[in-house]
Amino acid sequence: MSIAWYLAVSAIVFSLGAIGVMTRRNPLVVLLCLELMLNGANLALIAFSRMWGNGDGQILAIVVMTVAACEVCIGLGMIVAIYRRHLPIDVDELRELQG
Amino acid sequence: MSSVLFFLAAIGVITGATGVVVLRNPFYSVLALVIHLVSLAVLFLLLRAEFVAAVQVVVYAGAVMVLYVFVVAYVGGESDSIGERLRSRGAVGSGLRLGGAILGGAVCVELLIALLGTGLEAINGYGAGYSPGPQAYGTPAYIGKLLLTRFLLAFEVASFLLLIAAVGGVVLARRRGGLEDEDERDLLTPLEMLRPRGTGTMAEGVGRRSP
Repeated sequence: MSIAWYLAVSAIVFSLGAIGVMTRRNPLVVLLCLELMLNGANLALIAFSRMWGNGDGQILAIVVMTVAACEVCIGLGMIVAIYRRHLPIDVDELRELQG
Repeated sequence: MSSVLFFLAAIGVITGATGVVVLRNPFYSVLALVIHLVSLAVLFLLLRAEFVAAVQVVVYAGAVMVLYVFVVAYVGGESDSIGERLRSRGAVGSGLRLGGAILGGAVCVELLIALLGTGLEAINGYGAGYSPGPQAYGTPAYIGKLLLTRFLLAFEVASFLLLIAAVGGVVLARRRGGLEDEDERDLLTPLEMLRPRGTGTMAEGVGRRSP
């Protein structure tokens, strides 16, 4: 398949993730949708890397994966801390930084 | 053959992504994301990014998803109440959700125009030439050589970032002193140590406990 098909799939995945971030209110699902957006970007990076035939895009995709893993680590830690404090697990009701 | 595989994997990718956004129970969302990630690894393989596909399956579908499943199981049970609260929000909540979906659709159209409407001739091709071999494009040897020569700084910065994230995760999720409920705490004040157990309490007052 030509590169354009992969780019179309990556655009669709990215916008599905954006829809999820905007509409869902459980922070766990918001984190999952952030993963979707990062994966869409990764697919585009690897498709362009294949287009040019050099590996820079793949290295950038691996770095994006690292950053995504760090983001999951911190995000899930924050969700566990929110749960321990008996605060609502809902992004609309968590308005204050100082719980 | 490769186009059949592409369409199967692309359907898996988009179905998994839709499932993450649509499904109400966060646990099912995590499982849909696993389907999405495995199909995405197939797309990476089709793009000859073998090492990235393996990393995707091992790190994402393996480690990160297990972390998600544990946290969903720990926090869980919130899906129903959140869904009911969403419904009770009524017109404003559903209007906002519709607005978000329309905005996301607009982002999708814009991205498709930006990516596919460019004058780039190369995106209609099949990519640069590829010759198989132990040092070929996308193999672990190729990626490792790039990571440890041209992108050494990025590699080191990424490892430092992982260290910071691990420490930060432990600090954020640890159990803080003083947050436990009253009955979980078994610290005795000096006054309580001096008198016999149970005296001066409401239980003694009603005659349940005598010194």
